[in-house]
Amino acid sequence: MKTLVGSNLERVLAEGHFAVTAEVGPPRGPEAEVVKKKAGILRGVADAYNVTDNQTAVVRMSSIAASKILLQEGLEPVMQIVCRDRNRIAIQSDLLGAWALGMRNVLCLSGDHQSAGAGGKLNGHPGAKNVYDIDSIQLISVVKGLRDEAVQDGGDSISSAAPFFIGAAWTPLGPPEKFRTIRLAKKINAGADFIQTQAVYDIKRFSEAVRRAEDMGLAEKTAILAGIIIPRSAGMLRYMNNNVPGIEVPDELIGRMKDAADPHEEGIKITLELIDAARNLSGIKGVHLQAIEAEGLLPDVIKAAGLLPRPHVY
Amino acid sequence: MIFAEWKPIAELIEKLKPYKKVLLAGCATCVAECAAGGEKEVETLAPLLRMALQKQGHTVEIVTATLDKQCEWEFVEQLAEQAAEVDAIMSVACGIGVQALAERFDPKPVYPGVNTSALTIREEAGLWAGRCAACGDCVLGETFGYCPIARCAKSLLNGPCGGTRKSGKCEVNEDVDCIWNLIVERAYERGQIESLAEPKRTKNWSNSGHGGPKRVIREDLRQ
Repeated sequence: MKTLVGSNLERVLAEGHFAVTAEVGPPRGPEAEVVKKKAGILRGVADAYNVTDNQTAVVRMSSIAASKILLQEGLEPVMQIVCRDRNRIAIQSDLLGAWALGMRNVLCLSGDHQSAGAGGKLNGHPGAKNVYDIDSIQLISVVKGLRDEAVQDGGDSISSAAPFFIGAAWTPLGPPEKFRTIRLAKKINAGADFIQTQAVYDIKRFSEAVRRAEDMGLAEKTAILAGIIIPRSAGMLRYMNNNVPGIEVPDELIGRMKDAADPHEEGIKITLELIDAARNLSGIKGVHLQAIEAEGLLPDVIKAAGLLPRPHVY
Repeated sequence: MIFAEWKPIAELIEKLKPYKKVLLAGCATCVAECAAGGEKEVETLAPLLRMALQKQGHTVEIVTATLDKQCEWEFVEQLAEQAAEVDAIMSVACGIGVQALAERFDPKPVYPGVNTSALTIREEAGLWAGRCAACGDCVLGETFGYCPIARCAKSLLNGPCGGTRKSGKCEVNEDVDCIWNLIVERAYERGQIESLAEPKRTKNWSNSGHGGPKRVIREDLRQ
């Protein structure tokens, strides 16, 4: 079977397995141990692990460094790159460096604006000068250029190609909803090999969006992984529904969490239902699981979903 | 118009307190339109500064003048006499005016009285909003007349990020439209959504400040 890059994630998808990715947030400090500890918890339960790039515009250990630590621990990273902090020169330089260090999957994102500051929970750096030299779709093209043509965005060649398996995000239910499928198409045409979606709770509306993507022939040109964030309380679901753009939580789910005698159990139950629903959608090739600041929940959830063992031990 | 707003009074009096006599210089163009540095604002600010300085025990004489334009040398020249009689100048024009005075009246210290922050339109009484970022490579012809450089928090060129709120507003400010939401709406209204499906390549920012200090020569005007 022909693969572009040969990363574990690419191979799992190419062989037709239902893929599992999970998120590993780097620490707000320099401790490799924190990353190693998370790696220890998550080893073997997913095909690749997203390493966030200063998410919510809060300074954390760099995604390159944390990705390298994961690699050393035997986990395959999906290194996230945002356009907020680096221009095209720095991004391409970091991509070459990341490839040299062994990274093979990247996820190309615009990035949370610097005013986000962890949703107001931390100071962050709202006075920072942002970059946004290129946008996420242009970033995909840049990575594709380094891979397929061994050429930089400016036209200069690089000494040898840097083949990455290229990922992008999709917010299917964000307004303007009709345009979101076109934007997905732009990402795929630019070179996105896989897509991780914004967290899905409204499976009915999500299925309709996936159907639209299938109708446009997009689902076969890329591998769409449904994003799922394990709900931990009714309050968390309500917060996400009201404050996180693109996340739509049906009242019914909020009600279930509110009425549950054990919200923890109910959250897991909902997660398993969502995974199951995603598996039954022909246009969906995997799930991207997040347990924000509670990575320890993931192994049991993935096991209960019947997704273990993973097809390859990386 | 070039938009500016007063710096905090405390910051201004810190600058002015060492002097005996100061010229407060306004500009009747953009900064008058945005009610920061026109004649009216100059005549309002001068007594405020006098009082604030007095309160801290500094007696500073403040004289005033408002030019038609602080960004044109022939108007700047009108200040020559007054400038000669003061110890320092505070300009409430945009940064262009401040620098014109600083250059013409060197070595007289010239201080900015306002922060110049954007190129705006007055949307309604008391409400100004950014419209242009002077990026040097205008895309308005492809974005249905809405500027994604000045009006998208991330200056995106290929459509909205995932941060569009349910209300169609920007994740950064719930009172500000997601400009890509409006661009897309207008494209649908005009039956031209396909034009937004075309990828926009990386932008050339070099014709803006990113290319180094701007300097333009028009040979046809140099005879």
